[in-house]
Amino acid sequence: MAKVLMKGNEALAEAAIQAGCRHYFGYPITPQNEVTAYMAKRMPEVGGVFLQAESEVSAINMVYGAGGAGARVLITSSSPGISLMQEGISYIAGAEVPCVIANIMRSGPGLGGIQPSQSDYFQATKGGGHGDYKLIVLAPSTIQEMADLVQQAFDIADKYRNPVMILGDGMLGQMMEPVDFGSIKKGENHIEEKTWATTGMGTRKKKNIINSLELDPQMLEKHNIELFKKYEKASKEEVRYEMTNCEDAEIILVAYGTIARVAKNVIELAKRENIKVGLIRPISLWPFPVEPFEKTVDHVKGYLSIEMSMGQMVEDVKLAVNGRKPVYFYGRAGGMVPESYAILEEIRKLSGGAI
Amino acid sequence: MAVVFEKTKGLTDIPFHYCPGCTHGIVHRLVAEVMEELGVLNKAIGVAPVGCAVFAYEYFNCDMQEAAHGRAPAVATGIKRVHPDRVVFTYQGDGDLAAIGTAETVHAAARGENITVIFINNAIYGMTGGQMAPTSLIGQETLTTPYGRKPGNNGYPVKMCEMLSTLDGASYIERVSVYDVKHVLQAKKAIKNAFTAQINKKGFSMIEVLSSCPTNWGLSPNEALKWIKDKMEPYYPLGVYKNTLEEVKQNG
Ligand SMILES: Cc1ncc(C[n+]2csc(CCOP(=O)(O)OP(=O)(O)O)c2C)c(N)n1
Ligand code: SF4
Repeated sequence: MAKVLMKGNEALAEAAIQAGCRHYFGYPITPQNEVTAYMAKRMPEVGGVFLQAESEVSAINMVYGAGGAGARVLITSSSPGISLMQEGISYIAGAEVPCVIANIMRSGPGLGGIQPSQSDYFQATKGGGHGDYKLIVLAPSTIQEMADLVQQAFDIADKYRNPVMILGDGMLGQMMEPVDFGSIKKGENHIEEKTWATTGMGTRKKKNIINSLELDPQMLEKHNIELFKKYEKASKEEVRYEMTNCEDAEIILVAYGTIARVAKNVIELAKRENIKVGLIRPISLWPFPVEPFEKTVDHVKGYLSIEMSMGQMVEDVKLAVNGRKPVYFYGRAGGMVPESYAILEEIRKLSGGAI
Repeated sequence: MAVVFEKTKGLTDIPFHYCPGCTHGIVHRLVAEVMEELGVLNKAIGVAPVGCAVFAYEYFNCDMQEAAHGRAPAVATGIKRVHPDRVVFTYQGDGDLAAIGTAETVHAAARGENITVIFINNAIYGMTGGQMAPTSLIGQETLTTPYGRKPGNNGYPVKMCEMLSTLDGASYIERVSVYDVKHVLQAKKAIKNAFTAQINKKGFSMIEVLSSCPTNWGLSPNEALKWIKDKMEPYYPLGVYKNTLEEVKQNG
C-alpha cells in the first residue's frame, strides 16, 4: 500500500480499525478531537460502532463492558479526560479486560493548556487509578510508529488481558506525516477466541463472570500475585527501545516520543562540536527498558533525561542507572517543547564540566 | 408426584447473603423467573452494581459483569453495542443509580439504549450501613441525616420514574413494589414487560421497585413492608410511567 499523508490522531484511529477494532467510545477533548471525528465517519463504513459518551467516566465504563464482552475496543482522550477515566482503568486492570487507551497528552495540572506535554508520565506508568496494577505503556515518536504500535497494542492487550496505553502528545497527534498501513497485519487474523468473555452463555455450561471484587483478603492477595506474575512476564517480553550513537557516547540523552526527535537533531549539532552524544529512546515506558543502560553505563560519563515535563521519567532513568553514573535532567513545562540549542547548551555545560 | 413448585433455573445454588426480610431476594427471583420464562437465560448478560446487590453476579445464572459504583448503565451499553442481539440488564440500588450514577442512567435512557434496568429503591444506602440516599424521604432518619432529612440542607428525594419518562429514548418505565403477594405478582409482570420491550428493540426500559431495608431502617421485616406501603408509596406512586409497548398496540 502506498504511503498516505495523515495527521497523527487520524493514523491512530485508522490503525486501530485495521487492527480489527470495531468499537470506539469517546468524549471530545483537545488535542485528540480528530480521533472522534475520524471514528464517527469510518466506523459505520466498516460495520463498527462509534459512540460519543456523556463523559469520560461513562466512556471508559463502556470500554469495560465492550472489552469484557469480547470486543477489540479503543478509547482515546487527553490528560484531564484520562484523569476521569482512572476509576474505570483500575477496574479494567483488576477484572483483566483487554483494551487500548490512548492519551494524547496536553499540559497540566488541572485544566492546564492544550499544548503538547509529557507530564502524565507518572500517571501512565505508576498507576493513576487505585490499587496494585500496571498498564503496558507504549510511546511512539513518529506517526508511522504510532500506527504500528497501535496495532501491536491490541495484540499485547489480548495476550495479557490487560489495558495497553499509547502515550503520545499533542504534537504527535496534530502533525502530519506519511504513513504506510501496508506494514500492518490485519488484526482480525490473530484475534484468538475469548472464551472468558461475557457473550451470553449460549451452549456453554459455565457462566462467565467479569469482576474485580474479592472480599477474602487471602484470595485477593492471590489475585494480586497472579496479576504481578503477568506483569513480570510482560516486563521481560514487552521491552522496547531504540539506541542511537550510544557505542562511544560520552553523554547519552534519554527521551521518548516527540522530544526524542529533537534529541536526534541535537546529536548532529553536538557532533559538530566534537561532543559524542547518544540517545536512548524508551518505546515501552512500562516496562521501562533497563538493558540500554546496562550496555552503556560503563563507558558513558552521564545521562541527560530530556522531557516535556518538570522531570518524571528522570526517576526511572535514575533507577536504571542505580547510582553508577550521574543522571541529569532538562525539561520544559506548560506546553513548551525544549529546543535543540537549549539542549545543546545543557550538553556543553555537562561536557565542559567534570560530570 | 406432580411438581407444583420448582426453583427457577435463572438462579444459581449460591445462597443469598441478604438480611432476613430484605426484599432484594424477592426481586432477584422475579428477574430470574422472567428470564427463564422468556427463554433468554442463555443469551442474557447482566451487570451487577456496587451496593447490597454487588454479588448479583454470583446469583443470576447467566453471564455477568460487575461494574463500578453507578456505572452499570455505561457497562451495559458497552456490552449491548458488542452484542445487540443479547439481553442485557443491570440491577442497581438507589445510591448506585440515582446518586453517583445519575449521568450514566439519564444518558443511557436518553440514548434509548436497548437495555433493561432493575432499580431497587430502598430509600437508603444499605451496604455502607444506612446513610442517606437520594431517594430518602423528607424527615427520614439515617446515619447522615440523624435529625431527619431536611430539604434546606439535603434537598428533595429524586423521582427517577417521573424524570426518565420525559425522555424520548425510554420505552418502558414502571414503578412497582413487593410488600405483599399482589404487588409481587404485579412487579413480575412489570419486569416481564421491561424485558419484552428490550427483546422487541424498543429502547431503554426500567422497573423501579420500592424495596425494604429492615436492617438499616431499624424495623422488623413486617414493619418494614408496612413502611414501604405507608411511607414510601405516597411519595413514590406506583404505576406505569411510560409504555411504548402499549402505544404500538394502539397504533395497530
Ligand atoms: C466510588 C465508590 N464510592 C462509594 C462506594 C461505597 N459504597 C458502597 S455501596 C454504597 C451505597 C449503595 O447504596 P445503594 O446503591 O442504594 O444500594 P443498597 O446497598 O441500598 O442496596 C456506597 C456509597 C464505593 N464502593 N465506590
Ligand atoms: S442492608 Fe438492607 S438492603 Fe442490604 S441486605 Fe440488609 S436489608 Fe437488604
